[in-house]
Amino acid sequence: MTSTEIITTLETECGSRIKSKNADAIDPFVVVEPGDLLAVCQTLRDHPRLKLDSLNCISGVDYLELDPKKIAKAGFEPHLEVVYHLCSISLKHRFVVKVMLPRWKGDKPGELPEVPSVAGIWPAADWHEREVFDLSGVMFTGHPDLRRILLADDWVGHPLRKDYEFPLEYHGIRGR
Amino acid sequence: MGWVEGRFEENFFVTTIEQGIAWARESSMWPMTFGLACCAIEMMAVGGPRYDMDRFGAGAFRATPRQADLMVVAGTVNMKMASRVRRLYNQMPDPKFVIAMGACTCGGGPYYKYGYNVVKGVDLVVPVDVYIPGCPPRPEALLEGLFRIQDKVRGMRYLTKGQATDLPIPARTGYVLLPPELDDPDPVKALEKQIAWAKMNKEKAAPTKA
Repeated sequence: MTSTEIITTLETECGSRIKSKNADAIDPFVVVEPGDLLAVCQTLRDHPRLKLDSLNCISGVDYLELDPKKIAKAGFEPHLEVVYHLCSISLKHRFVVKVMLPRWKGDKPGELPEVPSVAGIWPAADWHEREVFDLSGVMFTGHPDLRRILLADDWVGHPLRKDYEFPLEYHGIRGR
Repeated sequence: MGWVEGRFEENFFVTTIEQGIAWARESSMWPMTFGLACCAIEMMAVGGPRYDMDRFGAGAFRATPRQADLMVVAGTVNMKMASRVRRLYNQMPDPKFVIAMGACTCGGGPYYKYGYNVVKGVDLVVPVDVYIPGCPPRPEALLEGLFRIQDKVRGMRYLTKGQATDLPIPARTGYVLLPPELDDPDPVKALEKQIAWAKMNKEKAAPTKA
């Protein structure tokens, strides 16, 4: 199944939930609202012509340009994206779903933006979501066990955020 | 066995207890099986038959810190691991020694600037006796580091009162002997031989003109 057909099928199934689409990208994708993610993912997994039964990876992408000279050229507003790479083992096609988020919930620094967890749909999402939470700072609501997976439990901040500041000291060990 | 060789009379020998203890200790440096990253592969190579750390009494890698004398910190230490490294060090019985193996453990290495989670040198966590730079160090370099630990052990005084610890005197080296056709007692001549050999090889390797 080509990506155009996947998008058409998805639009007939849940057309109102798809915010935007791009069939020409190297990895064709649709963008959905965080609130609609679970319904769309359920369709993607269970529809007999889609059967995207495998979640390859979840990525958190921080779109933020810190250099004031480059902000005009950057071509994006500061935001956070969560990207789901899916593939169907039986039908041999793949697809990408994206969710756009504010960098901070309600623009209050420190409040993590929220996305519903897809760990109930693809169990592989469990650790992927923990990693995105750990490094990029996205709160996955409904996750069975949302703890840090790589860094220490008492670590402060989310290192792959562009505006992350390195710790000067951690438990008496100087950081730089 | 450098310093005991040719020192014995037939049937009995005389030594000081201290020298005996130091000799026994330096000849049975049991390292801890403790690899954190890629340097551990090189450490395993040293444990293997080609370089064979067991020749120098340090081949018995112990799986527990309680039986180990030597901790070879082989690989990147991150902040989460730092507390574990310190705990393992505390669990080792005295006298204990630490080798910082590789650029990461010496001072952060390639992660010095942008490694938010990397300890910038394991000496911030545990006291280090010998630093071995390299990314990763050659097996010979690790052997050399072990010899420096052994020199240190040999210089230590356990029983004698009021005697300062000697400066370690290097006894062995990890240098590999060159084949006789490239080696010469005179370093200048040796270098000339090696240059000539390299030139000859280069000419051999040059493609013949059609």
